[in-house]
Amino acid sequence: MRTIIEQKIPKIITKSTPFPSNEVMLDLKNLKKVYPTPKGDYVVLEDLNLQIKKEEFVTIIGHSGCGKTTMLSMIAGLNPISGGNISVLGKHIRGPGPDRGVIFQSPSLMPWMTSLQNVLLGVNQVFPDATKSQRNAIAKYYLQKVGLEDSFHKKASELSQGMQQRVGIARAFAIKPKVLLLDEPFGMLDSLTRGELQDILIEIWNKEKITAVMITHDVDEAIFLADRVVMMTSGPKAKIGDILDINFERPRTRKSVLEHDDYYTYRKHLIDFLEH
Amino acid sequence: MAYLELNNICKTYGQGANEMEVLSNINLKIEEGEFVAIVGFTGSGKTTLVNLINGLLAPTSGAVLFKGAPVVDTSHERGVIFQNYSLLPWLTVEQNVLMAVKEAFPEKNKKELKTIVADYVEMVSLTPAMHKRPKELSGGMRQRVAVARALAMKPEMIIMDEPLGALDALTRGNLQDEILNIWGKDKRTALLITNDVDEGIYMADRIIPLRPGPNATLGPEFKIDLERPRDKTAMNDNANFKKTRNAIIEYLMDIGNERKTEAKEAYILPDLVPKDFVNQFKFGN
Repeated sequence: MRTIIEQKIPKIITKSTPFPSNEVMLDLKNLKKVYPTPKGDYVVLEDLNLQIKKEEFVTIIGHSGCGKTTMLSMIAGLNPISGGNISVLGKHIRGPGPDRGVIFQSPSLMPWMTSLQNVLLGVNQVFPDATKSQRNAIAKYYLQKVGLEDSFHKKASELSQGMQQRVGIARAFAIKPKVLLLDEPFGMLDSLTRGELQDILIEIWNKEKITAVMITHDVDEAIFLADRVVMMTSGPKAKIGDILDINFERPRTRKSVLEHDDYYTYRKHLIDFLEH
Repeated sequence: MAYLELNNICKTYGQGANEMEVLSNINLKIEEGEFVAIVGFTGSGKTTLVNLINGLLAPTSGAVLFKGAPVVDTSHERGVIFQNYSLLPWLTVEQNVLMAVKEAFPEKNKKELKTIVADYVEMVSLTPAMHKRPKELSGGMRQRVAVARALAMKPEMIIMDEPLGALDALTRGNLQDEILNIWGKDKRTALLITNDVDEGIYMADRIIPLRPGPNATLGPEFKIDLERPRDKTAMNDNANFKKTRNAIIEYLMDIGNERKTEAKEAYILPDLVPKDFVNQFKFGN
């Protein structure tokens, strides 16, 4: 399979031909990540090139351990870059910043704070000149959007995992990032809750017109949400293996997507990639 | 007479004002050799249903009949794979499985028992961990021990309560195939509880949704008319698969939509631009 992936590379290069620079939000150039080990350097990512357009929703799939999370945490600025560079709107990133919001796999809330306080934590940083009532309005607006209107004053530790993840989504959107980075945010939830949160995510994303990059294991989730599904090759030295354009109209409903003629063709392509 | 029969099962917890009916009017018949999947969601009462069938709980009203006789206690005829592994922490992998095998085959000698244990531990690829204790194992490995333990008893009926939820996709696929293998080879009967529609379609003859509790009831059944062995990739070209899968997902989506609540107050988003923090934070110091 490795050889087949290698053979696909010319096609990938054509697919990642640069977009006009004024359309590019996020640009990963020859990205490299090396972890030193006692047995020598372990190269996780090498020659990884990916451009993501403004207002685009990109999902990333790949085998466990291929370096997806490493790549995402590098974009977030939480993990230093070993080679190449990452730029947001043409500027190289040098660390984390509120222009890139992150939703982690586990909700990562402050357990002793209420859901409102958790969201305000970010809002207060990003809107230092806003009045208290404006900040509250922002936090409450997004908490309501994720269906937590009745839980503003509940502590994070009192919420179910699904509800905590909703707070995480509200917190990320409330700081109005340019890029939203999501690392398997719904992986730990049952499929009904997952479907609900996908709907919420896509509804807010539609409205806010931000750029989103999301790692997922769920092929259906990858197709439903994305404009493009990026497939990463297995590590070490992982790179972009293939990119699938999802040509469904937006706004999408799950029903219309499922009934689209191409749906199961896309699905087969991705499952095939993951099974080999 | 069906192999397993649930007749008008109701189960309530608590008393007086705190009484809550978890399951209402559950009717289900499973024939010998069938593989049935129940798809339900967190909090819908799935585990209660499993415990009624395996004999750990008694229904408040109605009856559970196994081969025509009421279920009053647990039995190794019905092997259960629990969601939370339920291993004994002070025993090794081998000892955990051996304990169940001993119970199921009291007539066998020690050597025979150990061979059975070794076979099933091998099946779940845990031979190298044979003498480790559960706390030395990852969650996925623990779940594989639980699978080996349940199957090693060679139960007539295999009952699975979200057995593979905590596993990564690859291990999950392997164990699905192993379970199907054993089910097919020895003509067992199987009941799978899952929240994953695709797992149900891949494994089962019928899928029955469990509508969310309280008062959870079973929804209409969906027959999975696909030849075995099934191929996860090739299924995507099968018109029957697409139709059934869409029907099940749409049924479940409708349940989800019924749960949505209306907003009480309109919050207006102030028109503010976030402060520009470009490169205020840097790597390292």
